[in-house]
Amino acid sequence: MQEILRCLVVNSFCFVLAMGYAAQLGAQTKNTSQRLVVTGSSTIAPLVNEIARRFESTHPEMRIDVQTGGSSRGITEVRQGIAAIGMVSRALKSDERNLHAFTIAQDGIGVIVHASNPVTGFSRQQIADIYTGKITRWKVLGGADERITVIHKAEGRSTLELFVDYIQRRNSEIKPHVIIGDNAQGIKAVTGNPHAIGYVSIGAAEFEIRRGLPLRLLPLDGIAASVEAVRQGIFPLSRPLNLVTLGEPQGLALEFIEFARSPQVHDLVEAQYFIPVNAD
Amino acid sequence: MHDAARKRSLRKLRENAAQCVIYSAVMLVSAVFIWLLIDLLRGGLSHLSWEFITELPRDAGRAGGIASILVSTLLILLVAVLTAVPVAWMTAILLAEFVATGSWFGKAVRFSLYVLAGVPSIVFGLFGNAFFCVYLGLGFSILSGGLTLACMLLPILASTAEAGLRAVPHIYRLTASALGLSRAAALLHLILPAAAPVMAAGLLLGIGRALAETAVLLFTSGYAERMPDSLLDSGRALALHIFDLSMNVPGGDEPAYASALVLVSLLLCINILAMKFAYGLQRSKLMP
Amino acid sequence: MPIDQWLPGVLRAGALIALLIMLFILIFLIGESWPVLSKLSIAQLVTDSSWHPLEGAYNLMPMLTGTVLASTGALLLAIPLGLASALFTLFYAPRYLAVSYKRLIELLAGIPSVVFGFWGLTVLVPLINQWHPPGASLLAGILVLTLMILPTVTVTAHAALAAVSDELARNAAALGLSRWGTIQGVMLPAAKAGISAGIMLAAARALGETMAVLMVAGNVVQYPETVFDPVRTLAANIALETAYAMGDHRAVLFVSGLLLMGLIMVFSALAEALEKQQHA
Repeated sequence: MQEILRCLVVNSFCFVLAMGYAAQLGAQTKNTSQRLVVTGSSTIAPLVNEIARRFESTHPEMRIDVQTGGSSRGITEVRQGIAAIGMVSRALKSDERNLHAFTIAQDGIGVIVHASNPVTGFSRQQIADIYTGKITRWKVLGGADERITVIHKAEGRSTLELFVDYIQRRNSEIKPHVIIGDNAQGIKAVTGNPHAIGYVSIGAAEFEIRRGLPLRLLPLDGIAASVEAVRQGIFPLSRPLNLVTLGEPQGLALEFIEFARSPQVHDLVEAQYFIPVNAD
Repeated sequence: MHDAARKRSLRKLRENAAQCVIYSAVMLVSAVFIWLLIDLLRGGLSHLSWEFITELPRDAGRAGGIASILVSTLLILLVAVLTAVPVAWMTAILLAEFVATGSWFGKAVRFSLYVLAGVPSIVFGLFGNAFFCVYLGLGFSILSGGLTLACMLLPILASTAEAGLRAVPHIYRLTASALGLSRAAALLHLILPAAAPVMAAGLLLGIGRALAETAVLLFTSGYAERMPDSLLDSGRALALHIFDLSMNVPGGDEPAYASALVLVSLLLCINILAMKFAYGLQRSKLMP
Repeated sequence: MPIDQWLPGVLRAGALIALLIMLFILIFLIGESWPVLSKLSIAQLVTDSSWHPLEGAYNLMPMLTGTVLASTGALLLAIPLGLASALFTLFYAPRYLAVSYKRLIELLAGIPSVVFGFWGLTVLVPLINQWHPPGASLLAGILVLTLMILPTVTVTAHAALAAVSDELARNAAALGLSRWGTIQGVMLPAAKAGISAGIMLAAARALGETMAVLMVAGNVVQYPETVFDPVRTLAANIALETAYAMGDHRAVLFVSGLLLMGLIMVFSALAEALEKQQHA
């Protein structure tokens, strides 16, 4: 009986010991092994994860930890020194000039509707009117006599900032019906609702269309939304996918960034439906 | 006489109505849940295979399997349960057996359990990130994830265990003390075995929550999908993998469904084992 | 007996850990929200025109309303269904049916909220959309939350009812009480404390649930006029924006975390007061 009780006591305090021991170990590994923490945009994270795996296979002594949580988290943690490299899915803002950005890929943002929607395209003004609630029915645009369901992103997403810039409105003017987080959720929301309109990463939308989901990308300013148009640089809504560092990258971080920009990873970039950039 | 007959028929009516309501409620619940399970099976079964469980994920999880993610999940769960169970059950025993309901210490502890039960899981995640990952220097690791989850499990385990202990008839305690057993002996041989099924049910609820948790682990155990080497490595939990596949990776639905199936079957196994253990303990202790 | 002397001390140490964790979290939350609590006035969180944190408007009330409505709706559905389920397995069902129904419920207790959300998004939302667009709505949130907390209510109610001593039930039977009479007059009052504790757990879960609600409730910050209008809950707001928030915005999100905690504690306090009244 006493043994069992002793067991209970030992158990309950083992986590305190484990914590101390682990803290010590953590401090050790930080100094000795080569570990690189990359964190930030959820759009870029799957790609960088794949790049990191390939990098590790050629540099077996190194470890790249990829974390996610959004572009702002990437910037915050790079500034705090928690992460060596941040992932940011937009160009740096004016108050972020102290960071160094390295573009590893390009991504376009396209407006999507359900495949059964007869509307073939509209002007920038019309998109703005839909999103600000001036146009509320598809009939006005040549579609069915149904209410438009406006799908918008949550505040702080870089996709949203780009889109709102494009239609030249402030976010508070927009009257959305559904607000989503990530790309795949936006695609699910539009495929599940024939009267919805949303905007997502073009690569993701093209991939899902090829898989046969009832989805259609609409042209913007008369330019068809496609990965090809983004590659040529003529599509009006595109963004760079960046790796950022605080100060000039050195050592392992520099090596990894160079690797991520080299042609060796172009197939990985394309496999995630982004557009590779040439590092020159 | 007439009045009594009317009363009896009224009672009969009420009896039948209650039965009707209960049966239809149960039918509704089962129908919806079976609908959900069938959807899960239909979505994931075609993707499920032995290789899916034994291979490492490739192409952001669209191809390959979930071996490393399973290992991480189990390690996180192990850390969380091993840490939370002793603390929670000690707290529960203290509250139910040793402390008067009105004492300030009992009140303070019960109050803190209320507060902990009220913390939204995402706040636990942010707290774990700030405390375990940054302040204690554990970084994004299975250990940080498990310890943060343990904080989250504490109120669930403690309150269910306390309810179980309080439900043990008072006569057990009186009898034990009349027989000259020490309180510790009465606790070990009588009260804990009698409360074991309820405590196990609480443990299951807790494990269910822990396995399902996404927000907490995103900020603590991290996103890395490789096989963990130690408890200090970052490891992606299964629920987080499902979330990432369904919300962030285009074309990730099928592996998401398959991963969900694996998760649900994992839980089923743990369920069965725990219930067997709890009933076995009760029988062997109370009826030798 | 020496063991009886040191056992309470050891148990106290265990309970102290629970207390310390609570204090740590509270200090952390208050520390993180301090910038707002000291700089902006609390009144701003109620009187601002809308929730547009990037434009300096921080009105939390619509989200508070959304949280309360969604949780209340889910509880109103889940309590009767859960109680009925527990009563069914204990008093009505034949043994084999009771066991398999209990297994089903226990299985569902462990289905991750992400899966509920995913299922809600692909099945429930399109269904509601056909009935009344846009589909992603308060109703979808309530239904998904109901599914999620139903197992909690059922399992705890079952445990509490099963723990009522057999003697009471036998006495009731000996007095000639009918099945429903026994349940209503003896079992439910005797198990009241356990059942309400379970309901409180469920309420806490509903209020704090993040991912599932985020996926189905539409996330528009507004006061819903009907159950078909989309809403955003406080927890979903934290999940949607924390990763992208910096400065005051981040601090306001922590304030909303505190608010959510406060809300849940009010529920708990009410439950305890009710329980005390019952015993007095």
